Amino acid sequence: MSDDAKTQWQHDYAAQMPADDARHNRSGIEVKPIYSAADRGLAADGLGYPGQPPYTRGIYPSMHRGRPWSQRQLIGLATPIEYNARMREIVDAGATALSLIPCNSVYRGFDIDEVDPVLLGTCGTTVNTSDDMQICLDGVPIERTSVALNDPSPFTLLALLLVEAKRRGNGWETITGTSNQSDYISHYVANHMFFRLALDGARRVFCDHVAFTNQHVPRWNPISVVGQHMQQAGATPAEAMGFTLSTAIQYVDDLIASGLDPDDFLPRFTFFFDISMSFFEEIAKLRAGRRIWARVTRERFGAKDPRSWRFKFHAQTSGVDLTRQQPLNNIARTAIQAMAGIFGGLQSLHTDAFDEVLSTPTRGAAEVAVATQNILREEAHLDDVIDPLGGSHYVESLTDDMEAKIVQVMETVENAGGMFKAVSDGLVQRMIGDSALAYQQRVESGEQTIVGVNAYQSQIDDTVPVRPLERPDPDLMQQQIDALARFKQERSEQQVRAALDALARSTGDAGANVFAEVVAATEAGVTHGEICACLRREFGMGQPLIAA
Amino acid sequence: MNMDSSDTADAGARRARVMVTKIGLDGHDRGSRLVAAFLRDAGMEVIYTAPWQTVDSVITQALQEDVDVIGISSLATDHLLVPKLMAAMKEQGLDDIAVVVGGIVPPEDEAMLKEVGVARVYQPGDSQADIVDGIRALVTARQAAQGLSEGD
Repeated sequence: MSDDAKTQWQHDYAAQMPADDARHNRSGIEVKPIYSAADRGLAADGLGYPGQPPYTRGIYPSMHRGRPWSQRQLIGLATPIEYNARMREIVDAGATALSLIPCNSVYRGFDIDEVDPVLLGTCGTTVNTSDDMQICLDGVPIERTSVALNDPSPFTLLALLLVEAKRRGNGWETITGTSNQSDYISHYVANHMFFRLALDGARRVFCDHVAFTNQHVPRWNPISVVGQHMQQAGATPAEAMGFTLSTAIQYVDDLIASGLDPDDFLPRFTFFFDISMSFFEEIAKLRAGRRIWARVTRERFGAKDPRSWRFKFHAQTSGVDLTRQQPLNNIARTAIQAMAGIFGGLQSLHTDAFDEVLSTPTRGAAEVAVATQNILREEAHLDDVIDPLGGSHYVESLTDDMEAKIVQVMETVENAGGMFKAVSDGLVQRMIGDSALAYQQRVESGEQTIVGVNAYQSQIDDTVPVRPLERPDPDLMQQQIDALARFKQERSEQQVRAALDALARSTGDAGANVFAEVVAATEAGVTHGEICACLRREFGMGQPLIAA
Repeated sequence: MNMDSSDTADAGARRARVMVTKIGLDGHDRGSRLVAAFLRDAGMEVIYTAPWQTVDSVITQALQEDVDVIGISSLATDHLLVPKLMAAMKEQGLDDIAVVVGGIVPPEDEAMLKEVGVARVYQPGDSQADIVDGIRALVTARQAAQGLSEGD
């Protein structure tokens, strides 16, 4: 059995790695792609091999040795023109993956003429219309660029992207990327900024969006289930993983109920996790999550396609672990967190800028964050060996223990009626609030050391060499507001009204696809804010539970 | 009027009433929830609101709830609205209510907030004790000032 598994892995590995150059360390010792008990002449460790269920050692046969993790930094800048200038620099430098972070006004479901101008473009790009998206992506070959959109329900950015593709004559089957922030449950619980529509409405639009992309944009990843928000809000690593898996189970149940087959959509599920300073705990969390998901998809949902069992995830280093005191220390923290994520087997990584705790990251600090990943990969060679900590007595025991703890959290949610019910009732929010407070007390009491905050204060110069923050140019922003007014004047009022009517009607018609009407509306010139306003009227506004 | 001695000023005063809120567009609320929880533990009456408040809605609720201090939590540049809040409060004669801001506030903005009359700006890493003591001092000062004016 074990021999068969090894033979199978060797075959799969060779298939992925037709030219695997031998690698040697500085002492001249060959570094093999994977190590197991057999390499030391010990009895089989029973861990299995990467690319084979339950994927404890990784979801692909060659993991980072075959394909390094992707570096996905978040990018969002002021106006579409400024965003496009930055994007083209990145595309010209060879990037094949882009991200688009919209302005907070967009997150809240408003157009830029509906909010206080002082808040516009400070955290992301102001995209409201098909004209804006055209400018954002000008010169970007969208048919061969993977685009990660931070795009909560009702997914207007994806609609605008599809309309732009159509305008250029690019078939939707060529469009690749991910709807980040599609996980409305996580927004209800934690990152409320993204929570635009009341729970039931968000649930409906979510299912329609998956059904639509499944049919019309087959290479799009419509779902990213997010543990990051809940852990940043205070959930323990085990809770964050448990809640995320419970959320994913809720979505699978809902999509099956809407008539889809698990193997239709599970291969396109992705996840997104936070990586805290608790180094080994994070590694074990990610390894355990992978194992549980393989079991759930196969046993609970009966998925047959191996791609349905693979726990693909993006991870981000932890912003709340960064300190304002001695801020250069944050570079060390970010590197350690990134290492935990890499050893945990992530597929893509965002490293935080060290000045994130002082302000919206400056460009110089963002460059250090990218360099950190390059150092880990090309100086420290962390991509040479698959699951290098696998087989460690500590890591394997901790992986088992974390798995048991995570399963316990999932059972608590299940017993409360599933994730949708558990968050509606506030159970999950209470658990996270309690954990946040408990951790804060550990810090306040000094039980948990935070260097520079509750220990080792002021031994290092506190000042930090960052350039001052760049805020959007008010003149450019005014031009953007004027452009929106012109856009509204020049479109066909009749088409806009018809599209909004159709959108409103679709919400009451179980046979209609609400997201299809969102796409049609953007094509008719309806703006992001108008679409959100219409759906807020029909479904109710997204308002989190208020209890503190 | 300088009231440093909280012991004497606290005698007979009502419980401190503190509003903890977020204005603008952001909804990250780990900070505001934590602060609300430990202010409550410290014996204060906390009025906790939903995020996304406006300048007007903050003022309306502050009046309705008769608060001593308004605490604004900001992570993603929403503190840039605070000067407008301060101006509106001044205009309506409410500048006896102290305003404090906590969260991610760049140094140049901290100076700007102090200039428009924000009593204190709290940053990540400031201790619970500092925040509780700071807010209690503001409440004591306000209640003492009120007591004096009512007594006149």
